Amino acid sequence: MKLFEIKGGVLPKDHKELSANKAIQEVPMPLELSLPMHQHIGIAAKPMVQVGERVTKGQLIGLCATQCLEGSASNNRITAPVHAPTSGRISNIAMQRSPHPSGLPEMMVTLQPDGADRWGALPRALDPASSSASELVERIQQSGIVGMGGAMFPTAAKLEARKYSDLHSLIINGAECEPYLTADDRLMREQAQKIVDGIVILQHILNVPNVIIAIEDRRVHAVDAMRTAIGAHKGMSVVLVPTRYPMGSEKHLIKALTGQEVPSGSLPSSLGLIVNNVGTAYAIHEAVRLGQPLISRIVTVSGGAIKNPGNYHVLLGTKVSHLVETCGGFSQQPEQMMIGGPMMGLPFSDLEVPITKGTNGILALTKSEVKPGTHRPCIRCGACIPACPSGLEPQDLFVLVRNEKIEPAIDAGLADCILCGACSYVCPSHIPLVQFFNYGKGQALEMRNEVVRAARLKQLSDERSVRVEEKARQKKAKQEARKKAIAARKKAQEQERAQAGEVKA
Amino acid sequence: MSRAKTISAPFTHAITSVPRTMLLVMLALAPATAFSLYQFGWPAIILFFIIIGSSLLFEALSLLIARKPVTPFLLDGSAVLTGWLVAMALPPWAPWWIGVLGGFIAIVFGKHIYGGLGQNIFNPAMVARIALLISFPLEMTFFMQPQPLFAQQSPNFLQAMDIIFMGGINIDALTSASTLTQIKVLQFDGQSIEAATGLVSYLPTAMLGVLPGSMGEMSVLSLIVGGVFLLALRIISWHTPVAMFASMALIAGIAHFFNPAFHPGMWTHLFSGGFVLGAFFIATDYVTQPVSNSGRLIFGAGVGALTFVIRAYSIFPEGVGFAILLMNAMTPLIDHYIKPRIFGRSKSGEPLASEQLERGRQ
Repeated sequence: MKLFEIKGGVLPKDHKELSANKAIQEVPMPLELSLPMHQHIGIAAKPMVQVGERVTKGQLIGLCATQCLEGSASNNRITAPVHAPTSGRISNIAMQRSPHPSGLPEMMVTLQPDGADRWGALPRALDPASSSASELVERIQQSGIVGMGGAMFPTAAKLEARKYSDLHSLIINGAECEPYLTADDRLMREQAQKIVDGIVILQHILNVPNVIIAIEDRRVHAVDAMRTAIGAHKGMSVVLVPTRYPMGSEKHLIKALTGQEVPSGSLPSSLGLIVNNVGTAYAIHEAVRLGQPLISRIVTVSGGAIKNPGNYHVLLGTKVSHLVETCGGFSQQPEQMMIGGPMMGLPFSDLEVPITKGTNGILALTKSEVKPGTHRPCIRCGACIPACPSGLEPQDLFVLVRNEKIEPAIDAGLADCILCGACSYVCPSHIPLVQFFNYGKGQALEMRNEVVRAARLKQLSDERSVRVEEKARQKKAKQEARKKAIAARKKAQEQERAQAGEVKA
Repeated sequence: MSRAKTISAPFTHAITSVPRTMLLVMLALAPATAFSLYQFGWPAIILFFIIIGSSLLFEALSLLIARKPVTPFLLDGSAVLTGWLVAMALPPWAPWWIGVLGGFIAIVFGKHIYGGLGQNIFNPAMVARIALLISFPLEMTFFMQPQPLFAQQSPNFLQAMDIIFMGGINIDALTSASTLTQIKVLQFDGQSIEAATGLVSYLPTAMLGVLPGSMGEMSVLSLIVGGVFLLALRIISWHTPVAMFASMALIAGIAHFFNPAFHPGMWTHLFSGGFVLGAFFIATDYVTQPVSNSGRLIFGAGVGALTFVIRAYSIFPEGVGFAILLMNAMTPLIDHYIKPRIFGRSKSGEPLASEQLERGRQ
């Protein structure tokens, strides 16, 4: 297949050799699982269990039912349920520190495994061929499946695109472009059949003729495994894309495969395309064929500071400390730890954070890997411009955001920044550009909310002034009526008096 | 400037850094500098270190006044490089105060007045050269035939100190006009420039670097080696130098074709004066050239064209410095108009229309 060039990007040393040849291993059962109720984009789930309650493996423990969606805007009714990863006892339900750099507290259900790892009653297995698309999507929704590449967007909501767009191709994203991460690579090498089955289910739901499975050209074993697994499936093909960061970015992958650019502010469905991750396809297979909800995922634990890097099949809610212990602990003090890859990952320092649905890697990097540098002033070298895959001028955006010129920054394309970090990576002045862009995007959102809020306020105050006017008018009318009444009474009294006088006289 | 830990990805970095860039540029300048220092002997060596020393001194003072951290900025190499380039742009036997003044103007008026590293509009070394050229035309056009180190006529260290600090010994005998000056004189007299002494064997002598001129105008060959080194390491992009060479070659070639008695040939223009130094080391200064590659093409072409115009029609024999400063002034304008197309948007910045959508269906 003919590929198209994507502009920009970088080629950092990928360090995948640390874990690429390590088969996926099971992790010993942890003593405690911490399950955030918000492991997806959209509205958080609400705990459906009580403290002290015994749960079985796969039991629903968090859900945002229709009523809890009522209050939110109708175009944003997106959520995903959370299930118990193993059998055990609910020991705590409380607000606790989230596995996010903000460290803000969020609702967390703590589960103490009983060691039996006993499945509860599961929904029946579905045969995709004889099930309707909406039946299958409902199963995906109920199974709590979200984008496993790290985006964590509820998959069922994504599949709604089939209703309002004319889809023609499904792209399966196996381009794991972040350095170090090998979770998808291993999954493709070891579970290719099941992934392909998940893809077939997706294809059936979406009713699309073409499926492209995109894999980086350096992942030869994964390519072989997937090609073998596809066999004679109609319309399905494995396409090798150049190993380059950020090839796994949805919009850039589409550009490389089709030559088309998703219009700014639009979704791939506007081009008749839909993109899903290989891990998501695997989860769909399990949900549909076995009735098993999403309770575990593959995580790469790697980095120079990890004694035995590898790939692990991890129950959601497992704490990082447990995972690191399983890997033999640290070989040296890590300079930086992160959830996800080094280019876009989230930093963390508290080892008690849990693995969630979007955690594709846990990295502990040494100083020589992080290469921390001194922040210096921008020397306008322009290295960030050819590095930017979105065609932006990061050095320009940086100056605008630093000077709080958010609106001009939006005009210069701040919203089109995908926060890939390629600009920061090449910057000789070590300017934390992504940090500025994150801040700018936050400010922009705040401004947009402010506009909405102001409009709402104006509406309320308009309504109020109408009410006040109405009240004043009523009051005035009442007063006048009273005046009239008083005047009438006076007149009547006078008349009475006059009559009395007349009588006296 | 801080070492504060970032709370945002990426948590890895390319090997690039500001000091590394500065160091590599100095490395690229080293062959041409070594050759020139050898050719002009002790006085040039003494002057070279005076300029770099004064640049560092004024950098440190400026940083202190601006209350910026002194050590990290002083060690980033930018002040040394600026001083180095000033030295390359001065006559090799200029008196000491020209050197100190050069360092002062470059660092203080060229850079720190604007707010320090990265903030200046004009290339500091060229600001210094042009300011000195206009203020002290005599000292700034005092060129001589090369006097290689250890050659018979070459002054020893003590004589060199005398020349630089006291304006000592009579060196009039050694003075000589640069090729461009010879051409300018002939042009003014209305004579055919073919009488200029160097023109016959111009190309090989310029390549080798045995003609009179500034330090950085000596060996074209070693400058090209340095330039190719920077291109190969991607420290500079090819756009500025190539556009400069191309526009100069084109304009000079056409002019020479129509009036060979007034306009020297293409090669004379390309390889004389500071054109090669300017193309690889001065015009490519990150801070003062456009940031985008297409902007750099316009910038380079402008420098080439302006250099030709100034050399041919102004009273100055050499125009690279003026041309670079003039185009530096255009840089903000070029940057304003030359913007890359944003992914998913048209050239004008609108989100791509749905016509693409239609194509996708087919």
